[in-house]
Amino acid sequence: MSTPTLTPPRQPLFSRLPVISHLKKSVGLQRGMLVVGVVLSGLFILTSIFAPLLAPYGYSQLSDASGSFPTQQAPGGKHLLGTTVGGYDVLSRVVWGSQTAVTVIIVSVAMSLFLGVALGLLSGYFGGWLDRILVVVADAIYAFPTLLLAIVISIVISRGQSSFWGGIFSCAFSITVVFVPQYFRVIRAETIRLKAEPFVESAKVLGASSMRIIGRHIFKNATRTLPLMFTLNASEAILTLAGLGFLGFGIEPTSAAEWGFDLNKALADTSSGIWWTGVFPGIAIVLTVLGLTLVGESINDLNDPRIRGRKRAGGGAGTPASPGTPSAPAEAGKP
Amino acid sequence: MTTVIEVPEAEPGVVAPRSKSKGGGGLGRYIVIRFFLIIPTVFILVTLVFFLMRVIGDPITAAQGGRLPPDVLAQRIHDAGYDRPVLVQYFEYLGQLITGNFGTTITDRRPVVEVLTTFGAATLELSINALIVALAVGIPFGLIAAQHRDKTPDAFLRFFAILCYATPVFFSGLLLKLTFSVWLGWLPVAGRASTRTELTMSSLAAPSGIYWLDAIRSGNFTALGDVVSHAVLPAIALGLLTAGVFLRLVRTNVIGTLGKDYIEAGRSRGVSEFRLVTKHAYKPALIPIITVMGLQIALMLGGAILTETTFEWKGLGYQLVQYLNARDFVAVQGIVVLLAIIVAVTNFIVDIIAALIDPRVRY
Repeated sequence: MSTPTLTPPRQPLFSRLPVISHLKKSVGLQRGMLVVGVVLSGLFILTSIFAPLLAPYGYSQLSDASGSFPTQQAPGGKHLLGTTVGGYDVLSRVVWGSQTAVTVIIVSVAMSLFLGVALGLLSGYFGGWLDRILVVVADAIYAFPTLLLAIVISIVISRGQSSFWGGIFSCAFSITVVFVPQYFRVIRAETIRLKAEPFVESAKVLGASSMRIIGRHIFKNATRTLPLMFTLNASEAILTLAGLGFLGFGIEPTSAAEWGFDLNKALADTSSGIWWTGVFPGIAIVLTVLGLTLVGESINDLNDPRIRGRKRAGGGAGTPASPGTPSAPAEAGKP
Repeated sequence: MTTVIEVPEAEPGVVAPRSKSKGGGGLGRYIVIRFFLIIPTVFILVTLVFFLMRVIGDPITAAQGGRLPPDVLAQRIHDAGYDRPVLVQYFEYLGQLITGNFGTTITDRRPVVEVLTTFGAATLELSINALIVALAVGIPFGLIAAQHRDKTPDAFLRFFAILCYATPVFFSGLLLKLTFSVWLGWLPVAGRASTRTELTMSSLAAPSGIYWLDAIRSGNFTALGDVVSHAVLPAIALGLLTAGVFLRLVRTNVIGTLGKDYIEAGRSRGVSEFRLVTKHAYKPALIPIITVMGLQIALMLGGAILTETTFEWKGLGYQLVQYLNARDFVAVQGIVVLLAIIVAVTNFIVDIIAALIDPRVRY
């Protein structure tokens, strides 16, 4: 897969702007859900971009001109959302946390998209032993608890402690390994379906090379479900990142703010009735995931307004990817 | 015995993902093929985990690197055989796994299998409790949502389902703890039981390890109350995560079956809308739930790790995190591999159940 095969289809995908076209199609309740989702996701992205302006302090700042921050201070006054045991400003860490989350989403989804799509195209198009092996491997990984896998990968990459980019990459890569099988399954199924289409056959007759057929004819048609998968996986990426952080595999508090890590530290506070250290990062996670999921769900429903019934039964437990159920793996098993 | 004709087309030993056999008498064959599919799954995961864990070096250096003088460390590594080629270690490891030896933890020198038998019951209990919550919430709400499709209750419940999914278990756990344990003081903050009950439980003869079951069996109702009060919050936290999935699944499937001809026929005969949903459309919708339940087990195990950490529920997940923090990677590897086998076997069982209920599953 060289770069020229990937670049041409990307522009139309971008200019079609999936969400906007869906917004036009939607009515009533559906539109409400989509709008809420778009607003929440937009807020999330804006917060992450403007974090340096929005956050009153740095994510690892423990003191300002007037001295050290008080520890475990209730919300109000100088610290709108209070401070943690360590003396961090909760609001600042919540705001900066969005930046970490966005970075991890971008890195992990980009990596898994690339790997998953490339493998899916190759495997689906050429078939044979490579296809069989990849399917079995993808199924094995898919059936496994994602968090466990992410933990193992995270140990391997970061060996416990991590800087900002080290932490970002170990989280992102763990999430990638979890996602690649999902993209792989969807793209492979689509590729197998498209391979039998007349336009592929005519391209073959005209003497197009396999690479050209895959890159030009199949790739373009197989990627319709990707915006949906992107939104659903982005939300899952946040949850995995938070889960890793909660278990202590996140990013050190001095190198970046991470919501899951903060929640872990907040756990000890709860028994003494200190709620603000945990509730605010938690709400940040919930709102972000909610926003992305609402967008993804709405796109899914709008793409397929007729049947919402039987399609989920297809992507069952150990059964291999069955063609024709593009959205099933993304939502049925690991929502 | 009468189905003689279809025997020749059987493909022996091939774990073909999609065999095209159709027709009756395929259940036995399906079970066998499905059973053999466990092997590559487990094998791939074992291989993956083994080599990943070896990338970071040998487990002894990882666990005790800074604390031992270099020569002692080297001796330990040599004794444990970690200085041999990785492939040799790998095949030795595979051999050990086949004999049921999952290794011995470095930090507290316990066989991993023993860790499983000690803490597995707690995780099983948590999963069962959570599954009960998930089904009790997911199925009725899913039916309601399907019946009131695209109306206010449906919108509300769908939002609830997404919210369930969007809330990480450790956050819902934290909120539940804050509300019911700290502010209202109704339920205990953490643990599986109070110290006294735990002592009673450990002194029981032949305990199952599942506390509420043991309490019922021994007729100790104060202990039962104690155990249940501890179990409520973790079960809700983990159960709600899955409840959202079940809700949506029931909803979509019931809506799907509600469009079928036989429902229309029932409706035209004057069967009430309520009865149509609860009697006619409900049962076919259960099949995908059973199938997806298999996948949920993987999700639940992941969730259980987080829930157990949140509530200091001393199960496998809690123990795994302890070992992770102690950098005891033999233990981590052993537990991960064990869990992989558990997941694969449960998926197998779930698939067989699904095939027994619905003949269309077999292909």
